[in-house]
Amino acid sequence: MPVVELTGVSHQFGEGSARRTVLADVNVRFSESRVGVVGANGSGKSTFARLLNGLIIPTQGDVAVDGLSTARHGREIRRRVGFCFTDPDAQIVMPTVGEDVAFSLRSSDLSKEQVAERVAQVLGQFGLADLADRPSHLLSGGQKQLLALAAVLVSEPNLVVMDEPTTLLDMRNSRMIGEYVSGLDTQVVLVTHHLELLESFDRVLVFDEARLVCDDTPAAAVEHYRRLMG
Amino acid sequence: MNDLGLFVPGSSPVHRLPAGVKLGALVALGVASILLEGVVAIVVGLIVMLGLFGLAGFTPLLAWRQVKPLRWILLFIAVFQWWARGWEAAVDVVGVIVLLVLAASLVTLTTRTSALVDVIVVVLRPLRFLGVKPERVGLLIALGIRAVPIAVGFSAEVRDAQRARGLGPSPRAYAAPLIVKSLRHADAVGEALVARGME
Ligand SMILES: Nc1ncnc2c1ncn2[C@@H]1O[C@H](COP(=O)(O)OP(=O)(O)OP(=O)(O)O)[C@@H](O)[C@H]1O
Ligand SMILES: [Mg+2]
Repeated sequence: MPVVELTGVSHQFGEGSARRTVLADVNVRFSESRVGVVGANGSGKSTFARLLNGLIIPTQGDVAVDGLSTARHGREIRRRVGFCFTDPDAQIVMPTVGEDVAFSLRSSDLSKEQVAERVAQVLGQFGLADLADRPSHLLSGGQKQLLALAAVLVSEPNLVVMDEPTTLLDMRNSRMIGEYVSGLDTQVVLVTHHLELLESFDRVLVFDEARLVCDDTPAAAVEHYRRLMG
Repeated sequence: MNDLGLFVPGSSPVHRLPAGVKLGALVALGVASILLEGVVAIVVGLIVMLGLFGLAGFTPLLAWRQVKPLRWILLFIAVFQWWARGWEAAVDVVGVIVLLVLAASLVTLTTRTSALVDVIVVVLRPLRFLGVKPERVGLLIALGIRAVPIAVGFSAEVRDAQRARGLGPSPRAYAAPLIVKSLRHADAVGEALVARGME
């Protein structure tokens, strides 16, 4: 599994008097295959997640994946680190299901036939094989999130970061996404408010008011989080 | 279901025709339509077009759905042309518009967006020396097509939210949240494109 390392990471948004610290002095290193992230609204979880693939470069400190700093190796980092957003509609950029998955492979050196083969294979893996030609806007919320995940995984990242992928879904679809996630053999960092998804995780980080306040087993971390929430 | 002219999979002869041929034919029809005049020519043109819809495995109803969003504009044009230039001119102008809309819809209904985009990328390649980036233009077109149902969804959401609050129709109360939603969405799409490897 890739080694993710944050050293002395702080991040501020805004300028002058509007300047706000959203992450303060975060130091953490992990290489477990399942890492959860929990915390209150606005505690800095999404900022933390975006740091991991270089969508945000920290104002202080360094974020590295397998020794590659996100500040200096943006392109390489994004090839290795896939990102799954809360709202799949923002992430699905092509009008049909198959085309969207193929979009992830457009800068690979695969031939047209190889791309088609890879796309079919991944769609099958996510139970979307019959929907390849379906307009993506006609999918259900759960299917859209599956498509977003399929489109991330088709390019074979080493690490997948997911920022609340089940927040917009009903219970059945959340559980389904949870099952697909637990079946992946890539490393996963999952930000979520659905604590039950984290039960089998290796490690869970708790954020509170811009700080990493707890880094422990799921049971201990969730307990810490519940106490924080009063 | 498909009021937006988006690709409907199939294996008809129209589907199997290469995207370049279809786009070329569409352009040719656009040019030739200048010469299209008279009730007989218009009616024959429309019948042929409906025949092509049938050949693609589509019903006349689907053809109607492609034109339906334009019906008020078409009515307005028809009335205006009739008043200004007589009923023959009204038939010519409205008939040609309907014909071209149907032809364009037939192309998008039977061709994958990616195939259309590939053709456009090839056609634009000679313009590279002017600084045109064909792949970027292709991506923009695909994103534009993808954005149509999303924008339709946003506008329905905003309208429902207004109704729920008991507000009557007000252009400003409608436009402001719609613009905010769209900008926020555009931001998210931009971020997602970066995450998906666009530089
Ligand atoms: N682009 C931005 N510009 C300015 N402030 C921002 C930006 N993004 C986030 N923030 C602020 O940073 C803080 C942390 O945001 P972040 O999105 O990381 O929180 P979060 O833990 O993911 O919250 P949630 O559970 O609501 O998703 C919030 O106060 C937020 O308003
Ligand atoms: Mg968040």
